[in-house]
Amino acid sequence: MKITETEVRQVAGLANLSLTDTEIARMARELDDILTHVDKLNELDTTGVEPMAQVLYAAGETATWRDDIEGATLSNSCAVANAPVSGAGFFKVPRVIEK
Amino acid sequence: MSPGTLDKYEPVIGLEVHVQLATRTKIFCACPTGFGAPPNTNVCPVCLGLPGALPVLNRRVVEMAVQGALALNCQVRGESIFARKNYFYPDLPKGYQISQYDRPLAEHGHVDILLDDGGSKRIGVTRVHLEDDAGKSMHEGFRDSDRYTYVDLNRTGTPLIEIVSEPDIRSSSEAYAYLTELKLLMQFCGVSTCDMEKGHLRCDANVSVRLRGAEKFGTKAEVKNLNSFRFLKQALDYEIVRQVELIESGGRVVQETRLYNPAVGETFSMRSKEHAHDYRYFPEPDLLPLRIAPGWRAEIEAAMPELPPAKRARFISGFGLRPYDADVLTQTREMSEYFERAANASGDPRGAANWVMGDLAAALKADGKELADSPVSAEQLGELVALIAKGGISGKLAKEIFPKMWSTGESAAVIVEREGLRQISDTGAIEKIIAEVIAANPKQVDQYRGGKTAVIGFLVGQVMKASRGQANPQLVNDLMKKALG
Repeated sequence: MKITETEVRQVAGLANLSLTDTEIARMARELDDILTHVDKLNELDTTGVEPMAQVLYAAGETATWRDDIEGATLSNSCAVANAPVSGAGFFKVPRVIEK
Repeated sequence: MSPGTLDKYEPVIGLEVHVQLATRTKIFCACPTGFGAPPNTNVCPVCLGLPGALPVLNRRVVEMAVQGALALNCQVRGESIFARKNYFYPDLPKGYQISQYDRPLAEHGHVDILLDDGGSKRIGVTRVHLEDDAGKSMHEGFRDSDRYTYVDLNRTGTPLIEIVSEPDIRSSSEAYAYLTELKLLMQFCGVSTCDMEKGHLRCDANVSVRLRGAEKFGTKAEVKNLNSFRFLKQALDYEIVRQVELIESGGRVVQETRLYNPAVGETFSMRSKEHAHDYRYFPEPDLLPLRIAPGWRAEIEAAMPELPPAKRARFISGFGLRPYDADVLTQTREMSEYFERAANASGDPRGAANWVMGDLAAALKADGKELADSPVSAEQLGELVALIAKGGISGKLAKEIFPKMWSTGESAAVIVEREGLRQISDTGAIEKIIAEVIAANPKQVDQYRGGKTAVIGFLVGQVMKASRGQANPQLVNDLMKKALG
């Protein structure tokens, strides 16, 4: 196995997911398959190939910029419309104790 | 703890400074960056992190960040990469911050700071990178604050540069000097207002101590919430003593994040995390690599203003100012430019410097005005100084003319003309007054002739008084000596 259940639990924790023991076992198996596949890809010799940070092709330079000009914003009522709880114009979330 | 014990240790400090760039709109969307808008009104699908919304980089953000990096003497990369820093917090709606990681915008810079003893020291700048700001969480102040945290996302997506220093700082006063110079550089470039009260300049510090002479760094603590210059110094001093005391009493420093509480003047440990930070950085798939072509870079560099270190040097060598005065006059870009215009109009830069730092500064302070609102323009002040330098008016008279310029906005020449204040340099007129003074003060005249030459001061004073301060003092002095023989 390339990944332990402990590691799966840790990654799930970082992603705010709570998984059952059955799910943990299944995820470990599936992630193991993925990692095995990545190992296969690693067999390819990529010496001298520039690492790719981006799968998009570079457009013309100006196509990727925005000028510093103000555009439309959402109204407050629209902004918080889908919030489970809101009040006084704010999003309200269960009290956060620690940051 | 005795000062001797503290002296055995050397603090090692590195600062992480976040600077808010002064663009009109956010880094990845067209929402305004203005401060003080009603909550959640400067927001759109992009900065709210709504599904499917895509970021588009603000060109001006890049220009400002490059200017800031150049001001810090950094090497700007031709290609840098945006990266996602993943963590969950309610004021971060996307679930990740768009930052830069292994290929930041700029690296290998430095800031030269002025030390208390007049010397200077070079502090390395490790890197400068771009990132978006989070929103604001309010934990207190609402009726149901015991149950809810209120979140305002207006600030979300505001452009920041993070400036990371090398651990080259060795005291709280060096940290203070570094932050001061950094702020000055950013303000001079116009890339940020650096208004700390509005959170435009935020500072965290990595602090450790080691025995003097030791090579290895001690374990560091990260101190957050150093959001004023005063707090920075206080928090560092507190943290240095805390770590030394801990080591001296047989304990050891643990790596942790500590918050400074200005109300009690202490740092305290934030509850320790169960897991170490694991931000799982990866390249941001929604943004292309940031390419800064040499031509564009050159354009940005050409638009850079002259920076304080160069200005100081020029004020000293070109205008003959003392280093202290050159330092004072480069505290803000406005002040340095005002001074320079006044100096050029005056033909007497040192005189202009004294007026800018003296009467002008005092009048601004007394009226609570900013330099930009000064009723006396730089050219007008320069003209006043020129009148003194050319002997048109005495310095004493100028002191009376300046408040009139301040209250009316009129030029010195206009006031001098209207009130008949022109300096009297007419030999005949002065000789006439001298004759009167000599006749009226026979006792002092006898004393002078008897060898008590210091009494000439009194006699000159009488002439100045009789001329309502308008007589040319040097001329009066010369003619008086001649008359007394």
